[in-house]
Amino acid sequence: MRKEFRLAGAGGQGLITAAIILAAAAAEHTEYNAVQSQSYGPESRGGSSKADVIISTDEIDYPEIKSPEILLVMTQEACDKFVPGVRPGGMVIVDDTYVKDVPPIDAKVIKYSISAKAKELGREIVANIVALGLLVGLTGIVPEEAALQSVLARVPKGTEELNKTAFLAGIQAAKEVNS
Amino acid sequence: MKEGKPRLLLGNEACVEGAIAAGLKFFAGYPITPSTEIAELCASYLPRVGGKFMQMEDEIASMAAICGASLAGRKSMTATSGPGFSLKQENIGFAVEAEIPCVVVDVQRVGPSTGMPTSAAQGDVMQARWGTHGDHEIVALAPSSVLEAYTLTVAAFNIAEELRTPVILLMDEMVGHLREKVVLPSKSELLVKDRAKPDLPPGQYKPYADYGDPAKVAPLAAFGDGYKYHVTGLTHGEDGFPTNNPELGARQIKRINDKITSRKKDLPQAEELFTDDAEVFVFSYGGTARSAKKAVRDARAKGLKAGLIRPVTIWPFIEEPLLKAKAKKPKAVIVPEMNLGQIILPVKRVMGDACPVVGVNKLGGRYIEPDEILDAIKEAIQSGSAS
Repeated sequence: MRKEFRLAGAGGQGLITAAIILAAAAAEHTEYNAVQSQSYGPESRGGSSKADVIISTDEIDYPEIKSPEILLVMTQEACDKFVPGVRPGGMVIVDDTYVKDVPPIDAKVIKYSISAKAKELGREIVANIVALGLLVGLTGIVPEEAALQSVLARVPKGTEELNKTAFLAGIQAAKEVNS
Repeated sequence: MKEGKPRLLLGNEACVEGAIAAGLKFFAGYPITPSTEIAELCASYLPRVGGKFMQMEDEIASMAAICGASLAGRKSMTATSGPGFSLKQENIGFAVEAEIPCVVVDVQRVGPSTGMPTSAAQGDVMQARWGTHGDHEIVALAPSSVLEAYTLTVAAFNIAEELRTPVILLMDEMVGHLREKVVLPSKSELLVKDRAKPDLPPGQYKPYADYGDPAKVAPLAAFGDGYKYHVTGLTHGEDGFPTNNPELGARQIKRINDKITSRKKDLPQAEELFTDDAEVFVFSYGGTARSAKKAVRDARAKGLKAGLIRPVTIWPFIEEPLLKAKAKKPKAVIVPEMNLGQIILPVKRVMGDACPVVGVNKLGGRYIEPDEILDAIKEAIQSGSAS
Protein backbone atom coordinates (compact mmCIF):
# COMPACT_ATOMS: atom_id res chain seq x y z
CA MET A 1 0.00 0.00 0.00
CA ARG A 2 1.22 3.42 -0.90
CA LYS A 3 -0.89 6.58 -0.91
CA GLU A 4 0.27 9.97 -2.04
CA PHE A 5 -1.48 13.14 -0.89
CA ARG A 6 -1.02 16.74 -1.95
CA LEU A 7 -2.55 19.63 -0.02
CA ALA A 8 -2.38 22.95 -1.83
CA GLY A 9 -3.64 26.46 -1.33
CA ALA A 10 -2.42 29.79 -0.03
CA GLY A 11 0.15 30.42 2.69
CA GLY A 12 -1.74 30.98 5.96
CA GLN A 13 -4.48 28.42 5.24
CA GLY A 14 -2.64 25.92 7.44
CA LEU A 15 -2.15 23.26 4.82
CA ILE A 16 1.40 22.42 5.90
CA THR A 17 0.05 21.93 9.42
CA ALA A 18 -2.73 19.69 8.12
CA ALA A 19 -0.18 17.67 6.16
CA ILE A 20 2.05 17.31 9.22
CA ILE A 21 -0.89 16.11 11.30
CA LEU A 22 -1.90 13.58 8.63
CA ALA A 23 1.66 12.23 8.41
CA ALA A 24 2.02 12.22 12.20
CA ALA A 25 -1.21 10.27 12.62
CA ALA A 26 0.11 7.61 10.26
CA ALA A 27 3.66 7.61 11.70
CA GLU A 28 2.79 7.69 15.37
CA HIS A 29 -0.43 5.66 15.50
CA THR A 30 -0.15 3.06 12.72
CA GLU A 31 2.43 0.63 11.36
CA TYR A 32 2.78 2.65 8.17
CA ASN A 33 5.79 4.68 7.15
CA ALA A 34 5.16 8.33 6.45
CA VAL A 35 7.04 11.31 5.08
CA GLN A 36 5.92 14.89 4.72
CA SER A 37 7.57 17.62 2.69
CA GLN A 38 6.59 21.03 1.45
CA SER A 39 7.57 23.79 -0.84
CA TYR A 40 7.12 27.41 -0.06
CA GLY A 41 8.58 30.71 -1.12
CA PRO A 42 10.11 33.34 1.14
CA GLU A 43 6.57 34.65 1.73
CA SER A 44 4.62 32.75 4.38
CA ARG A 45 1.37 34.65 4.03
CA GLY A 46 -0.70 34.82 0.90
CA GLY A 47 1.81 33.16 -1.43
CA SER A 48 1.12 29.70 -2.75
CA SER A 49 1.76 26.77 -0.47
CA LYS A 50 2.00 23.05 -1.19
CA ALA A 51 2.50 20.14 1.18
CA ASP A 52 2.93 16.49 0.25
CA VAL A 53 2.42 13.37 2.34
CA ILE A 54 3.33 9.81 1.43
CA ILE A 55 1.97 6.98 3.56
CA SER A 56 3.25 3.52 2.74
CA THR A 57 3.75 0.02 4.05
CA ASP A 58 7.23 0.05 2.44
CA GLU A 59 10.31 2.14 3.08
CA ILE A 60 9.90 5.54 1.42
CA ASP A 61 13.06 6.45 -0.47
CA TYR A 62 12.20 9.38 -2.67
CA PRO A 63 9.97 11.84 -0.79
CA GLU A 64 8.64 13.92 -3.68
CA ILE A 65 5.32 13.21 -5.36
CA LYS A 66 4.98 13.39 -9.12
CA SER A 67 1.27 12.85 -9.46
CA PRO A 68 -0.75 12.62 -6.27
CA GLU A 69 -3.57 10.13 -5.91
CA ILE A 70 -5.44 12.42 -3.55
CA LEU A 71 -5.38 16.19 -3.98
CA LEU A 72 -6.93 18.82 -1.75
CA VAL A 73 -7.14 22.32 -3.23
CA MET A 74 -8.24 25.36 -1.28
CA THR A 75 -7.64 28.16 -3.78
CA GLN A 76 -8.49 28.56 -7.47
CA GLU A 77 -4.79 29.07 -8.24
CA ALA A 78 -3.85 25.77 -6.55
CA CYS A 79 -6.72 24.05 -8.35
CA ASP A 80 -5.61 25.27 -11.77
CA LYS A 81 -1.98 24.38 -11.04
CA PHE A 82 -2.31 20.93 -9.48
CA VAL A 83 -5.53 19.32 -10.73
CA PRO A 84 -4.06 18.41 -14.15
CA GLY A 85 -1.31 16.43 -12.36
CA VAL A 86 -3.64 14.15 -10.42
CA ARG A 87 -3.25 10.43 -11.05
CA PRO A 88 -6.00 9.08 -13.34
CA GLY A 89 -8.74 7.57 -11.22
CA GLY A 90 -7.62 9.56 -8.19
CA MET A 91 -9.55 11.93 -5.99
CA VAL A 92 -9.75 15.73 -5.91
CA ILE A 93 -11.22 17.44 -2.85
CA VAL A 94 -12.20 21.01 -3.60
CA ASP A 95 -12.99 23.81 -1.17
CA ASP A 96 -15.73 25.42 -3.23
CA THR A 97 -15.78 28.42 -0.92
CA TYR A 98 -12.86 29.66 -3.02
CA VAL A 99 -12.62 27.27 -5.96
CA LYS A 100 -15.29 28.01 -8.53
CA ASP A 101 -14.00 26.22 -11.56
CA VAL A 102 -12.48 22.70 -11.65
CA PRO A 103 -10.77 21.70 -14.91
CA PRO A 104 -12.04 18.43 -16.44
CA ILE A 105 -10.13 15.50 -14.95
CA ASP A 106 -10.27 11.70 -14.79
CA ALA A 107 -10.73 11.63 -11.05
CA LYS A 108 -13.47 11.64 -8.46
CA VAL A 109 -14.14 15.33 -7.68
CA ILE A 110 -15.60 16.10 -4.29
CA LYS A 111 -16.77 19.63 -3.60
CA TYR A 112 -17.42 20.94 -0.13
CA SER A 113 -17.53 24.44 1.33
CA ILE A 114 -14.64 23.78 3.71
CA SER A 115 -13.77 27.37 4.60
CA ALA A 116 -17.41 28.41 4.89
CA LYS A 117 -18.02 25.49 7.26
CA ALA A 118 -15.02 26.51 9.40
CA LYS A 119 -16.34 30.08 9.57
CA GLU A 120 -19.72 28.77 10.62
CA LEU A 121 -18.06 26.77 13.42
CA GLY A 122 -16.41 29.91 14.77
CA ARG A 123 -13.18 30.72 12.94
CA GLU A 124 -12.12 30.22 9.36
CA ILE A 125 -8.60 29.46 10.60
CA VAL A 126 -9.70 25.88 11.36
CA ALA A 127 -10.58 25.24 7.70
CA ASN A 128 -7.42 23.13 7.47
CA ILE A 129 -8.71 20.82 10.21
CA VAL A 130 -12.15 20.54 8.59
CA ALA A 131 -10.28 19.61 5.41
CA LEU A 132 -8.21 17.06 7.32
CA GLY A 133 -11.37 15.46 8.73
CA LEU A 134 -12.75 15.29 5.23
CA LEU A 135 -9.55 13.69 3.90
CA VAL A 136 -9.46 11.10 6.69
CA GLY A 137 -13.18 10.39 6.38
CA LEU A 138 -13.05 9.97 2.61
CA THR A 139 -9.88 7.88 2.39
CA GLY A 140 -9.88 5.96 5.68
CA ILE A 141 -6.08 6.12 5.49
CA VAL A 142 -5.73 6.38 9.28
CA PRO A 143 -8.26 5.63 12.03
CA GLU A 144 -10.36 8.69 12.88
CA GLU A 145 -9.39 8.42 16.54
CA ALA A 146 -5.67 8.40 15.69
CA ALA A 147 -6.04 11.45 13.49
CA LEU A 148 -7.98 13.28 16.19
CA GLN A 149 -5.23 12.48 18.73
CA SER A 150 -2.65 13.95 16.36
CA VAL A 151 -4.81 17.04 15.84
CA LEU A 152 -5.07 17.62 19.57
CA ALA A 153 -1.34 17.04 20.07
CA ARG A 154 -0.31 19.56 17.44
CA VAL A 155 -2.72 22.50 17.61
CA PRO A 156 -2.06 25.49 19.89
CA LYS A 157 -3.13 25.07 23.52
CA GLY A 158 -6.55 26.51 24.18
CA THR A 159 -7.83 25.74 20.69
CA GLU A 160 -8.39 22.01 21.20
CA GLU A 161 -12.19 22.18 21.44
CA LEU A 162 -12.62 24.26 18.30
CA ASN A 163 -10.22 22.04 16.38
CA LYS A 164 -11.95 18.89 17.59
CA THR A 165 -15.29 20.32 16.42
CA ALA A 166 -13.71 21.22 13.09
CA PHE A 167 -12.22 17.75 12.63
CA LEU A 168 -15.51 16.03 13.46
CA ALA A 169 -17.33 18.39 11.08
CA GLY A 170 -14.95 17.19 8.34
CA ILE A 171 -15.62 13.55 9.20
CA GLN A 172 -19.37 14.24 9.11
CA ALA A 173 -19.01 16.03 5.77
CA ALA A 174 -17.25 12.95 4.36
CA LYS A 175 -20.27 10.85 5.34
CA GLU A 176 -22.61 13.34 3.68
CA VAL A 177 -20.74 13.53 0.38
CA ASN A 178 -20.36 9.76 0.29
CA SER A 179 -24.04 9.09 0.87
CA MET B 1 11.64 13.55 24.68
CA LYS B 2 9.93 10.20 24.23
CA GLU B 3 12.17 7.21 23.67
CA GLY B 4 11.41 4.10 21.69
CA LYS B 5 8.14 5.36 20.23
CA PRO B 6 7.70 6.15 16.57
CA ARG B 7 7.57 9.87 15.92
CA LEU B 8 7.23 12.16 12.96
CA LEU B 9 10.29 14.41 13.11
CA LEU B 10 11.77 17.14 10.93
CA GLY B 11 15.39 16.60 9.84
CA ASN B 12 16.51 19.81 11.53
CA GLU B 13 14.61 18.84 14.68
CA ALA B 14 16.31 15.43 14.74
CA CYS B 15 19.68 17.17 14.46
CA VAL B 16 18.93 19.24 17.57
CA GLU B 17 17.68 16.24 19.54
CA GLY B 18 20.82 14.35 18.53
CA ALA B 19 23.00 17.24 19.63
CA ILE B 20 21.30 17.43 23.02
CA ALA B 21 21.60 13.65 23.44
CA ALA B 22 25.31 13.94 22.61
CA GLY B 23 25.74 16.53 25.35
CA LEU B 24 25.45 19.86 23.53
CA LYS B 25 25.65 22.65 26.07
CA PHE B 26 26.33 25.72 23.93
CA PHE B 27 24.91 26.90 20.64
CA ALA B 28 25.77 30.20 18.99
CA GLY B 29 24.32 31.09 15.66
CA TYR B 30 22.84 33.50 13.21
CA PRO B 31 19.70 31.79 11.91
CA ILE B 32 19.43 31.26 8.18
CA THR B 33 17.06 29.28 5.95
CA PRO B 34 16.99 26.29 5.62
CA SER B 35 18.75 25.74 8.95
CA THR B 36 16.61 28.10 11.04
CA GLU B 37 14.72 25.42 12.98
CA ILE B 38 18.04 24.25 14.43
CA ALA B 39 18.65 27.63 16.07
CA GLU B 40 15.01 27.97 17.13
CA LEU B 41 14.92 24.56 18.78
CA CYS B 42 18.31 25.01 20.45
CA ALA B 43 16.96 28.23 21.95
CA SER B 44 14.01 26.28 23.26
CA TYR B 45 15.71 23.07 24.44
CA LEU B 46 19.15 24.15 25.69
CA PRO B 47 17.99 26.14 28.74
CA ARG B 48 16.09 23.02 29.89
CA VAL B 49 19.30 20.98 30.04
CA GLY B 50 21.46 23.65 31.63
CA GLY B 51 22.83 24.83 28.32
CA LYS B 52 23.14 28.25 26.73
CA PHE B 53 21.90 29.60 23.43
CA MET B 54 23.35 32.79 21.99
CA GLN B 55 21.98 34.63 19.00
CA MET B 56 25.13 36.28 17.62
CA GLU B 57 25.60 39.34 15.45
CA ASP B 58 26.80 37.26 12.51
CA GLU B 59 28.22 33.92 11.45
CA ILE B 60 31.84 34.88 12.03
CA ALA B 61 31.11 35.69 15.65
CA SER B 62 28.99 32.53 16.00
CA MET B 63 31.91 30.36 14.98
CA ALA B 64 34.25 32.28 17.29
CA ALA B 65 31.79 31.89 20.16
CA ILE B 66 31.56 28.12 19.83
CA CYS B 67 35.36 27.88 19.77
CA GLY B 68 35.46 29.83 23.02
CA ALA B 69 32.72 27.80 24.66
CA SER B 70 34.38 24.56 23.65
CA LEU B 71 37.68 25.68 25.19
CA ALA B 72 35.70 26.38 28.35
CA GLY B 73 34.78 22.69 28.36
CA ARG B 74 31.29 22.73 26.84
CA LYS B 75 30.21 20.72 23.82
CA SER B 76 29.41 23.34 21.22
CA MET B 77 27.63 23.66 17.90
CA THR B 78 26.55 26.20 15.31
CA ALA B 79 24.26 25.81 12.31
CA THR B 80 24.05 27.69 9.04
CA SER B 81 23.61 27.45 5.30
CA GLY B 82 25.92 28.26 2.38
CA PRO B 83 26.23 32.02 2.82
CA GLY B 84 26.97 31.65 6.53
CA PHE B 85 29.21 28.64 5.96
CA SER B 86 31.42 30.88 3.81
CA LEU B 87 31.74 33.34 6.69
CA LYS B 88 32.55 30.66 9.23
CA GLN B 89 35.50 29.32 7.26
CA GLU B 90 38.14 31.53 8.87
CA ASN B 91 37.28 30.37 12.36
CA ILE B 92 36.78 26.78 11.23
CA GLY B 93 40.44 27.00 10.23
CA PHE B 94 41.21 28.38 13.68
CA ALA B 95 39.42 25.40 15.26
CA VAL B 96 41.38 23.02 13.01
CA GLU B 97 44.70 24.61 13.91
CA ALA B 98 43.99 25.10 17.62
CA GLU B 99 42.36 21.62 17.77
CA ILE B 100 39.06 22.78 19.22
CA PRO B 101 36.24 20.21 19.18
CA CYS B 102 33.00 21.59 17.73
CA VAL B 103 30.20 20.74 15.34
CA VAL B 104 29.24 22.94 12.39
CA VAL B 105 25.95 22.12 10.66
CA ASP B 106 25.55 23.32 7.09
CA VAL B 107 22.06 22.77 5.67
CA GLN B 108 22.89 23.36 2.03
CA ARG B 109 20.76 25.55 -0.21
CA VAL B 110 21.25 26.84 -3.73
CA GLY B 111 24.25 29.17 -4.17
CA PRO B 112 26.48 30.95 -4.97
CA SER B 113 25.87 33.85 -2.60
CA THR B 114 22.33 34.18 -1.21
CA GLY B 115 21.14 32.03 -4.13
CA MET B 116 17.77 30.36 -3.59
CA PRO B 117 17.14 30.29 0.16
CA THR B 118 14.36 27.68 0.32
CA SER B 119 15.70 25.31 -2.32
CA ALA B 120 17.93 22.28 -2.00
CA ALA B 121 21.47 21.92 -3.34
CA GLN B 122 24.68 20.05 -2.62
CA GLY B 123 26.98 22.82 -3.70
CA ASP B 124 29.04 23.07 -0.50
CA VAL B 125 30.81 19.72 -0.76
CA MET B 126 34.09 21.25 -1.82
CA GLN B 127 33.65 24.22 0.47
CA ALA B 128 33.38 21.78 3.37
CA ARG B 129 36.64 20.23 2.21
CA TRP B 130 38.65 23.28 1.22
CA GLY B 131 36.71 26.30 2.49
CA THR B 132 39.39 27.23 4.92
CA HIS B 133 42.96 27.69 3.82
CA GLY B 134 46.10 25.71 4.40
CA ASP B 135 46.83 22.00 4.48
CA HIS B 136 44.23 20.41 6.65
CA GLU B 137 41.95 17.42 6.89
CA ILE B 138 38.32 17.90 7.81
CA VAL B 139 35.58 15.47 8.82
CA ALA B 140 32.24 15.94 7.04
CA LEU B 141 29.24 13.64 7.46
CA ALA B 142 26.22 13.65 5.12
CA PRO B 143 22.89 12.39 6.51
CA SER B 144 20.32 11.17 4.03
CA SER B 145 17.42 10.53 6.39
CA VAL B 146 15.83 12.11 9.43
CA LEU B 147 17.11 9.26 11.58
CA GLU B 148 20.64 9.92 10.34
CA ALA B 149 20.24 13.62 11.06
CA TYR B 150 20.02 12.38 14.65
CA THR B 151 22.58 9.58 14.70
CA LEU B 152 25.20 11.43 12.67
CA THR B 153 24.89 14.52 14.84
CA VAL B 154 25.75 12.29 17.81
CA ALA B 155 28.60 10.79 15.76
CA ALA B 156 29.80 14.28 14.82
CA PHE B 157 30.14 15.24 18.47
CA ASN B 158 31.92 11.99 19.31
CA ILE B 159 34.42 12.47 16.49
CA ALA B 160 34.93 16.14 17.35
CA GLU B 161 35.62 15.36 20.99
CA GLU B 162 37.80 12.33 20.34
CA LEU B 163 39.91 13.88 17.59
CA ARG B 164 39.79 17.48 18.86
CA THR B 165 38.65 18.86 15.56
CA PRO B 166 35.69 20.66 13.99
CA VAL B 167 33.25 18.25 12.34
CA ILE B 168 30.92 19.40 9.57
CA LEU B 169 27.43 17.93 9.43
CA LEU B 170 26.75 18.48 5.75
CA MET B 171 22.98 18.33 5.44
CA ASP B 172 20.88 19.57 2.57
CA GLU B 173 17.48 21.23 2.43
CA MET B 174 15.91 17.97 1.28
CA VAL B 175 16.82 16.21 4.54
CA GLY B 176 16.68 19.27 6.83
CA HIS B 177 13.10 20.05 5.83
CA LEU B 178 11.82 16.50 5.49
CA ARG B 179 9.51 15.08 8.11
CA GLU B 180 9.81 11.33 8.47
CA LYS B 181 8.80 8.54 10.79
CA VAL B 182 11.66 7.67 13.14
CA VAL B 183 12.27 5.61 16.22
CA LEU B 184 15.18 7.26 17.98
CA PRO B 185 17.70 5.09 19.81
CA SER B 186 17.27 4.97 23.56
CA LYS B 187 19.92 6.49 25.83
CA SER B 188 21.33 3.05 26.60
CA GLU B 189 21.75 2.31 22.89
CA LEU B 190 23.54 5.58 22.29
CA LEU B 191 27.32 5.84 22.40
CA VAL B 192 28.33 9.26 23.71
CA LYS B 193 32.02 10.04 24.02
CA ASP B 194 33.25 12.77 26.29
CA ARG B 195 36.43 14.74 26.02
CA ALA B 196 39.53 13.33 27.65
CA LYS B 197 40.84 15.51 30.51
CA PRO B 198 44.52 15.78 31.39
CA ASP B 199 45.75 13.61 34.25
CA LEU B 200 49.04 15.47 34.52
CA PRO B 201 49.30 18.37 36.96
CA PRO B 202 49.39 21.94 35.61
CA GLY B 203 52.94 22.72 34.58
CA GLN B 204 53.50 19.32 33.05
CA TYR B 205 50.43 19.37 30.80
CA LYS B 206 51.12 19.81 27.09
CA PRO B 207 47.92 20.83 25.29
CA TYR B 208 49.40 19.95 21.89
CA ALA B 209 51.49 16.95 22.89
CA ASP B 210 52.97 14.90 20.07
CA TYR B 211 53.01 11.25 21.13
CA GLY B 212 54.57 10.03 17.90
CA ASP B 213 51.34 8.11 17.25
CA PRO B 214 48.97 10.09 15.01
CA ALA B 215 45.89 8.34 16.39
CA LYS B 216 46.70 9.58 19.91
CA VAL B 217 45.36 13.07 20.58
CA ALA B 218 46.30 15.19 23.60
CA PRO B 219 43.57 15.67 26.21
CA LEU B 220 42.06 19.14 26.41
CA ALA B 221 41.97 21.02 29.71
CA ALA B 222 39.03 23.38 30.07
CA PHE B 223 39.58 27.04 30.83
CA GLY B 224 38.98 27.38 34.55
CA ASP B 225 40.29 23.92 35.41
CA GLY B 226 43.54 25.42 36.64
CA TYR B 227 45.64 24.73 33.58
CA LYS B 228 47.26 27.68 31.87
CA TYR B 229 48.04 27.23 28.23
CA HIS B 230 48.25 29.20 25.05
CA VAL B 231 45.73 28.90 22.20
CA THR B 232 46.65 30.40 18.85
CA GLY B 233 46.02 30.13 15.16
CA LEU B 234 49.76 30.45 14.63
CA THR B 235 51.63 27.23 14.05
CA HIS B 236 52.74 26.15 17.48
CA GLY B 237 54.77 23.70 19.52
CA GLU B 238 53.50 21.18 22.05
CA ASP B 239 53.03 23.91 24.66
CA GLY B 240 50.79 25.91 22.31
CA PHE B 241 53.21 28.82 21.86
CA PRO B 242 53.92 29.98 18.29
CA THR B 243 56.93 28.65 16.50
CA ASN B 244 58.76 29.55 13.32
CA ASN B 245 60.92 26.46 13.58
CA PRO B 246 60.38 24.76 10.19
CA GLU B 247 60.78 21.29 11.61
CA LEU B 248 58.38 21.83 14.52
CA GLY B 249 55.93 23.64 12.27
CA ALA B 250 55.91 20.88 9.67
CA ARG B 251 55.52 18.29 12.38
CA GLN B 252 52.52 20.05 13.90
CA ILE B 253 50.76 20.48 10.55
CA LYS B 254 51.44 16.87 9.65
CA ARG B 255 50.13 15.69 13.02
CA ILE B 256 46.75 17.44 12.76
CA ASN B 257 46.29 15.93 9.29
CA ASP B 258 47.42 12.44 10.26
CA LYS B 259 45.18 12.28 13.33
CA ILE B 260 42.21 12.28 10.93
CA THR B 261 43.53 10.18 8.03
CA SER B 262 44.79 7.53 10.45
CA ARG B 263 41.28 7.12 11.85
CA LYS B 264 39.34 6.74 8.58
CA LYS B 265 38.27 3.24 9.53
CA ASP B 266 36.69 4.53 12.75
CA LEU B 267 34.49 7.06 10.93
CA PRO B 268 30.93 6.19 9.77
CA GLN B 269 31.28 3.87 6.78
CA ALA B 270 29.32 3.73 3.54
CA GLU B 271 25.99 2.00 3.15
CA GLU B 272 26.04 -0.50 0.31
CA LEU B 273 23.02 -1.96 -1.45
CA PHE B 274 23.18 -4.72 -4.10
CA THR B 275 26.91 -4.12 -4.62
CA ASP B 276 27.92 -7.81 -4.59
CA ASP B 277 27.08 -8.55 -8.22
CA ALA B 278 26.58 -5.01 -9.51
CA GLU B 279 27.71 -4.06 -13.01
CA VAL B 280 26.90 -0.38 -12.56
CA PHE B 281 27.46 1.48 -9.32
CA VAL B 282 25.65 4.59 -8.19
CA PHE B 283 27.73 6.66 -5.78
CA SER B 284 25.44 9.07 -3.98
CA TYR B 285 25.25 10.93 -0.66
CA GLY B 286 22.83 13.05 1.35
CA GLY B 287 19.28 13.70 0.19
CA THR B 288 20.08 12.69 -3.38
CA ALA B 289 20.98 9.19 -2.18
CA ARG B 290 17.26 8.66 -1.52
CA SER B 291 16.62 9.07 -5.25
CA ALA B 292 19.61 6.88 -5.99
CA LYS B 293 18.33 4.12 -3.72
CA LYS B 294 14.94 4.18 -5.44
CA ALA B 295 16.63 4.14 -8.85
CA VAL B 296 18.77 1.14 -7.89
CA ARG B 297 15.76 -0.76 -6.52
CA ASP B 298 13.81 0.06 -9.72
CA ALA B 299 16.77 -1.10 -11.83
CA ARG B 300 16.92 -4.40 -9.95
CA ALA B 301 13.17 -4.84 -10.49
CA LYS B 302 13.92 -4.62 -14.22
CA GLY B 303 16.75 -7.13 -13.94
CA LEU B 304 19.49 -4.52 -14.28
CA LYS B 305 22.47 -5.17 -12.05
CA ALA B 306 22.87 -1.82 -10.32
CA GLY B 307 24.33 -1.25 -6.88
CA LEU B 308 24.43 1.70 -4.51
CA ILE B 309 27.40 3.03 -2.59
CA ARG B 310 26.25 5.73 -0.19
CA PRO B 311 29.19 7.37 1.58
CA VAL B 312 28.17 8.64 5.01
CA THR B 313 31.53 10.19 5.80
CA ILE B 314 32.28 12.22 2.72
CA TRP B 315 35.45 13.86 4.05
CA PRO B 316 37.99 12.44 4.49
CA PHE B 317 37.19 10.57 1.29
CA ILE B 318 37.00 6.86 2.10
CA GLU B 319 38.14 4.90 -0.93
CA GLU B 320 37.52 1.26 0.06
CA PRO B 321 33.97 0.80 -1.30
CA LEU B 322 35.04 2.24 -4.65
CA LEU B 323 38.19 0.14 -4.73
CA LYS B 324 36.04 -2.93 -4.13
CA ALA B 325 33.76 -1.82 -6.97
CA LYS B 326 36.76 -1.19 -9.22
CA ALA B 327 37.96 -4.75 -8.67
CA LYS B 328 34.65 -5.97 -10.12
CA LYS B 329 35.43 -4.24 -13.42
CA PRO B 330 32.15 -2.31 -13.52
CA LYS B 331 30.60 -0.83 -16.65
CA ALA B 332 30.26 2.58 -15.02
CA VAL B 333 30.03 4.55 -11.82
CA ILE B 334 27.19 7.08 -11.81
CA VAL B 335 27.48 10.07 -9.51
CA PRO B 336 24.25 12.07 -9.08
CA GLU B 337 24.69 15.43 -7.35
CA MET B 338 22.62 18.59 -6.93
CA ASN B 339 25.60 20.57 -8.20
CA LEU B 340 27.76 20.65 -11.33
CA GLY B 341 30.02 17.84 -10.13
CA GLN B 342 31.98 17.95 -6.86
CA ILE B 343 32.29 14.53 -5.18
CA ILE B 344 32.71 13.11 -8.70
CA LEU B 345 36.29 14.45 -8.70
CA PRO B 346 37.69 12.06 -6.06
CA VAL B 347 35.51 9.27 -7.53
CA LYS B 348 37.24 9.81 -10.89
CA ARG B 349 40.62 9.83 -9.17
CA VAL B 350 39.95 6.47 -7.53
CA MET B 351 38.39 4.82 -10.60
CA GLY B 352 41.07 6.10 -12.99
CA ASP B 353 40.64 4.47 -16.41
CA ALA B 354 38.79 1.44 -15.02
CA CYS B 355 35.39 2.59 -16.28
CA PRO B 356 33.45 5.71 -17.25
CA VAL B 357 32.45 7.90 -14.29
CA VAL B 358 29.23 9.67 -15.24
CA GLY B 359 27.68 12.65 -13.47
CA VAL B 360 23.93 13.21 -13.21
CA ASN B 361 23.75 16.84 -12.26
CA LYS B 362 20.87 19.16 -11.54
CA LEU B 363 20.70 22.82 -10.59
CA GLY B 364 18.01 25.30 -9.60
CA GLY B 365 16.85 23.62 -6.41
CA ARG B 366 15.02 20.70 -7.99
CA TYR B 367 15.65 17.22 -6.64
CA ILE B 368 17.21 14.66 -8.94
CA GLU B 369 14.39 12.23 -9.71
CA PRO B 370 14.92 8.46 -9.45
CA ASP B 371 14.05 8.07 -13.16
CA GLU B 372 16.89 10.39 -14.16
CA ILE B 373 19.34 8.12 -12.36
CA LEU B 374 17.61 5.00 -13.72
CA ASP B 375 18.05 6.35 -17.25
CA ALA B 376 21.77 6.77 -16.60
CA ILE B 377 21.95 3.20 -15.27
CA LYS B 378 20.20 1.84 -18.40
CA GLU B 379 22.46 3.81 -20.68
CA ALA B 380 25.59 2.63 -18.87
CA ILE B 381 24.50 -1.01 -19.09
CA GLN B 382 23.64 -0.70 -22.78
CA SER B 383 26.79 1.12 -23.83
CA GLY B 384 28.87 -1.13 -21.57
CA SER B 385 27.44 -4.20 -23.34
CA ALA B 386 27.98 -2.70 -26.79
CA SER B 387 31.67 -2.05 -26.25
